[in-house]
Amino acid sequence: MKVIEVSNLRKRYRDHLAVDDVSFTVEEGEIFGVLGPNGAGKTTTVECVAGLRVPDSGTVSVLGGLHRTELREQLGVQLQSSMLPEKLKVWEALDLYASFYRRPADRVRLMERVGLADKRDTPYGKLSGGQKQRLSIALALVGTPRVAILDELTTGLDPQARRDTWELIERIREDGVTILLVTHFMEEAERLCDRLALIDSGRVVAMDSPSGLIAMVGGRQTVRFRPSGPLDDSKLEALPEVTGVSRSGGQVAVTGTGNLLLAITTVLSAANVVPADLRVEQATLDDAFLSLTGKKISA
Amino acid sequence: MNKMLLTEAKLFLRDPGGPIFAVMLPLVLLIVLGQIPGFREAIPEMGGERTIDTQLPGMMVILAVVTMALTVLPATLVNYRESGVLRRMSTTPVNPIRLLVAQVVNNLVVAIVATVLLIGTGYLVLGSILPRSPLAFAGVFVLGTASMLSLGLLIAAVAPNAKVAPGIGSLLMFPLLFMAGMWIPRELMPDLVRRIGDFLPMAPFADALRDTWAGHAPQPLHLVVMVATVLVMGGLAARFFRWE
Repeated sequence: MKVIEVSNLRKRYRDHLAVDDVSFTVEEGEIFGVLGPNGAGKTTTVECVAGLRVPDSGTVSVLGGLHRTELREQLGVQLQSSMLPEKLKVWEALDLYASFYRRPADRVRLMERVGLADKRDTPYGKLSGGQKQRLSIALALVGTPRVAILDELTTGLDPQARRDTWELIERIREDGVTILLVTHFMEEAERLCDRLALIDSGRVVAMDSPSGLIAMVGGRQTVRFRPSGPLDDSKLEALPEVTGVSRSGGQVAVTGTGNLLLAITTVLSAANVVPADLRVEQATLDDAFLSLTGKKISA
Repeated sequence: MNKMLLTEAKLFLRDPGGPIFAVMLPLVLLIVLGQIPGFREAIPEMGGERTIDTQLPGMMVILAVVTMALTVLPATLVNYRESGVLRRMSTTPVNPIRLLVAQVVNNLVVAIVATVLLIGTGYLVLGSILPRSPLAFAGVFVLGTASMLSLGLLIAAVAPNAKVAPGIGSLLMFPLLFMAGMWIPRELMPDLVRRIGDFLPMAPFADALRDTWAGHAPQPLHLVVMVATVLVMGGLAARFFRWE
């Protein structure tokens, strides 16, 4: 079942075109990612989906076309930079927001689920960045929504807090909540999303699974190593699998496709060179984005 | 709605700086200024009334109300807008207007508490008179406070950020307080100045409050100006209020 359907969305602000032409559909139970650099139009897109902005043209349909109150009952939204009053305690915030919904979730279970059970009486202003984000996620879920929109939820978090948040998102999906995730972190998108829309300058440049998008750049890989003795670069360059060889310091970086590693090690053993610190780097979503738009996602 | 009122009231009491200032400053001024011997003498230009009868406590009630309405209320609301509290609420089934209502109720309650304290203290400590037309007095108080809160909502609507909001409030507050008779009783003002004051938002509230306090009927013009203030300022506030 299609949970979110967006077609030919367009939204202009006074001085610039935020969303030019965006279309995608989100299936029930999936984590769908909207990935792109800052200013690509991701937030405007999901704000239109959440009913917070009216698009200039194009259509948005959530759960078969719900509107206003009914939409807000079924759709949980976690927005970027939405704070709470400093002195509001964790349980008070959950209690207050639970009172807005017809079918509120069990607050105690929710606090445990997001790992804030021991912070029950802590005021919002005294929570860490990760705890604030987890409370924010809890507030998006307190109405037991069928769909949740999570916008840039790990920005500004330390790596551990980010990983904890990712685990939380995976558990939420196991509960059957469909998730629309906005991010500019490739690692986050690769780890969490079933499918992704890559957005640049208000347009969808590609839409597929993370591995599908990476395959679009042709399985490009990079092999790095430190040769134990002298090595003639031209022997590597002569291999059909190799597209480029570069050196920095004592390290050699060979880029190419196909069975690159085997081809290289064959040449090395023939030359009696042992590769130290050997690493193979697969293409990433960033490479895919780079090859599709000529830009890097993250600075 | 009850939960929203309760939560906002709790938050209000956890950050009591503004409300305490709004209640304590007029109360202390009332007691200190009430010691001035000249304020205890009948003044022929004020119809033989003493300054401590309605002028001094009346002005202190006005001061308490406008401190809440023009500085505390706009500062809170603009802060809620700036920090995204209103935006988050607008993603839920609940209309964020309720948050505004809860804030207005909080401010109204503080204004009522301040007024009761001022009337009681004036009566017990200074020998001021008690309002002689209590019902009319209460009606004028509610209408006048509503007009000041409407002005406060308009400030919240147009203020660009939380730092500027109380500044705009103070900037409006002092000239309006002057026209309302804070420093020179309205009876002693030149006719033209008093006439101008009749049409500004605060002076009619002050006059009507003192009239009903002394047991006279309020002037219809003053009631009309207060109603107009509620409608015009409230309407403009609703027109220009931004949720983010």
